[in-house]
Amino acid sequence: MNTLLDNLDVFTTGFRTTIILFLVSGLFALLLGTVVGAMRVSPIPALRAFGTLYVNVVRNTPLTLVLFFFAFGYPKLGLPEIDFTVSAIVGLSLYTASYVAEVLRSGINTVPVGQAEAARAIGLPFVQTLTLVVLPQAFRSVLPPLFSVLIALLKNTTVAAGFSVYEAGAIRAYLAERGEPALTVLLWVALFFVILVLILAQLQRYFEKKWKVAR
Amino acid sequence: MTTEAPSAALVSVQGVNKHFGQLHVLRDIDLDVRKGEVVVVIGPSGSGKSTLCRAINRLETIESGAISIDGKKLPDEGRELARLRADVGMVFQSFNLFAHKTILENVTLGPIKVKGVDKATAEKEAMALLERVGVGHQAPKLPAQLSGGQQQRVAIARALAMKPKVMLFDEPTSALDPEMINEVLDVMVELAREGMTMIVVTHEMGFARKAADRVVFMADGQIVEQAPPEQFFTNPQSSRAKDFLSKLLTH
Repeated sequence: MNTLLDNLDVFTTGFRTTIILFLVSGLFALLLGTVVGAMRVSPIPALRAFGTLYVNVVRNTPLTLVLFFFAFGYPKLGLPEIDFTVSAIVGLSLYTASYVAEVLRSGINTVPVGQAEAARAIGLPFVQTLTLVVLPQAFRSVLPPLFSVLIALLKNTTVAAGFSVYEAGAIRAYLAERGEPALTVLLWVALFFVILVLILAQLQRYFEKKWKVAR
Repeated sequence: MTTEAPSAALVSVQGVNKHFGQLHVLRDIDLDVRKGEVVVVIGPSGSGKSTLCRAINRLETIESGAISIDGKKLPDEGRELARLRADVGMVFQSFNLFAHKTILENVTLGPIKVKGVDKATAEKEAMALLERVGVGHQAPKLPAQLSGGQQQRVAIARALAMKPKVMLFDEPTSALDPEMINEVLDVMVELAREGMTMIVVTHEMGFARKAADRVVFMADGQIVEQAPPEQFFTNPQSSRAKDFLSKLLTH
């Protein structure tokens, strides 16, 4: 307990960054993943091809490599400089978006084709058919896997510690230098992650109840 | 019903062809429907009647020929097509009510999002339509909480909410339990009496007799015969139609 109480500031700073990484990357991953998922079911072949390419390239690349690119490759491109936290957010967002897109696509496939036909029949154009009728139902049907993706993202944020971002994954290294027992620190870090995931699971249950679609 | 000039065709189908793979599902279809006319399309399964119905608002694409609604040719895709579809009401065999929206929202979605009607007006009009088809008290429920017959009547109200020029019915009672068929047909007969232009694909011969101005008989992707209902049912000309009707009568 002393390990925690003596270094509370270290834990709070670390986890605050973790939560920021998670929330911001999660938001962008959901937005981008939705766009890419929509591209993959679009009637326009070029968009479909781009969506497929995106998912196959990004999802098949290890997260560490994606973050490596943004931490070390990106600065060499001569584009505006971004700090390590931002580059971690960009990397995590792009990476997680490919998973969101695939989960969502499987959800889109569960929505009966008649739903989209009915939407088109009352005069809704493609984008509104998708956003008003198909996607809301698709999201509801994939809540469990979608939350798994988000939970994976939460844990993946710890990879950012390897790229100079001070988040929860960096707490052990920092406190080990102060002479704290590494294993105890790790157990505390693990406990906090479990708590965060439990909160997410609670959120999932809330949405599942709220969005229960009867068929 | 024969006083109007032929140019008054509200729905015009000219020389339409379509294949599903090897199957020639629509063969040189010509069909003109005048304003206020009720055309009932009948025929054996696989005769192409549903495909024809769905082609009229381009839920099925066609390979050759032309379809126009109120003088305007069906656009290929995009906003133009969406605008034209707003003028064509469609009722499906499987109802297709939006499963995540309430009955009221199902009916108001089109007017609000497509026509830009304000919410209060759209809800007032939707309630009036729901009352008219006899499901007003179901407004706050979700589609799955209603019976099939009720869902189909909501689907009719949803289509009517767009104030369409023509209504397409694609086997509207085929997915219903027998005791629910009449409640839907009653609404349709009422609509026909009020002068709505309707194209109805159905197996309900009673409806055809009662409400149709013209019966179109299709077989193997072709329009084989068309005539006023009395004439068609009592004195069919083609052997295909005679054969089809005799099979109906024996059961």
